[in-house]
Amino acid sequence: MRLPLGSPGAKVLAFGHYQPANVVTNDDLAKLIETNDEWIQSRVGIKERRFAGPEESEIELAVQAGGKALAASGLAAGDIDLVIVATCTLEAQIPNAAGRVAHRLGISAPGAYDVNAACAGFCYALAAASDAIRAGSAVNVLVVGTEKLTQWVDIEDRATSVIFADGAGAAVVVPSETPGIGPVVWGSAGDKYDAIIIKDRHSALHQEGQTVFRWATTALHPIAKQACERAGVDPAELAAFVPHQANLRIIESLARRLGADNAVVAKDIVLAGNTSAASIPLALSRMIERGEVPSGGLALLLGFGAGLTYASQVIEIP
Amino acid sequence: MAVTEQEILAGLGKIINEITGIPASEVTLEKSFVDDLDIDSLSMVEIAVAAQDEFGSEIPDDQLKHLKTVKDVVNFIQN
Repeated sequence: MRLPLGSPGAKVLAFGHYQPANVVTNDDLAKLIETNDEWIQSRVGIKERRFAGPEESEIELAVQAGGKALAASGLAAGDIDLVIVATCTLEAQIPNAAGRVAHRLGISAPGAYDVNAACAGFCYALAAASDAIRAGSAVNVLVVGTEKLTQWVDIEDRATSVIFADGAGAAVVVPSETPGIGPVVWGSAGDKYDAIIIKDRHSALHQEGQTVFRWATTALHPIAKQACERAGVDPAELAAFVPHQANLRIIESLARRLGADNAVVAKDIVLAGNTSAASIPLALSRMIERGEVPSGGLALLLGFGAGLTYASQVIEIP
Repeated sequence: MAVTEQEILAGLGKIINEITGIPASEVTLEKSFVDDLDIDSLSMVEIAVAAQDEFGSEIPDDQLKHLKTVKDVVNFIQN
């Protein structure tokens, strides 16, 4: 028996993203449920979000984002040999999303699997992609975070329906001579499994807002700092900090405690809502598109969510 | 030596001022967090976490929702 050589490192070659066309403002929600713009903005920081229509499945969102990342990378569909989709809101559990997304994009016979680490899913999938390339299990990997949360949220539950939204983001990950994706720091807190939960197939998503807020504002900044340390990067060197877009108050609290004074902090939640596994690639892809972050600069990613799960790594911005 | 009610109140006033911007002088024992001080549930969590750092007593979320007034929190910390 022998092992392949693999690659010394892996990097993100390109990002892509997709949001459904339907913009839903806080005033739109106030027509449906007992809420208002001031209440939503002060608690979670969201001004508007996107809801996918019945014709736009989480697969469709992933295909759009994945297609854009692939086009931006300059690689052909045939160059991809592994597809990983991070999602926790599939309408049906079988088959997985990755095989369908690959087929729609014309990627022939890749390894294809889904990752469910909820809102931390993209960071888990990115780590898996990087490790697969370094180990020689794959050459070029398409990683997609896609969510259609609206199909698992009860619009009448204003603790969740004003927060969660739909969208997708994707990255093409390729071999690299120098490290472009740093070591992941990941973990979980299964004792808090019921803080964010869909109890059964007939239930909607439920969130214990205070529990999650307390956990996110006290337990996670050490994880972010550890990801920097393991990559040998001082937080002051970061060009961007892209935490999961859960709540603007959590984002601002994390940014304050991290001490990344020179980093652009992703605040995509304001116009995108919380899109779970899609939020990090969606936010970073849009920051790149707007020219807010430099190519070659370092970005710290920090995913966290149901499980509870978390994962963080430093990457080089393509 | 145990911390006095006045010392906890003063510390709490400072914490609430830092988190919400409400002047510490307005934080008096009879005030309700929601009705009088207009403090939302997430700010209450931030106050509970800061109070734990300051006074060393943890206020779990399931207890936090029962603490309606400043006096309730002061008593919880004292006991």
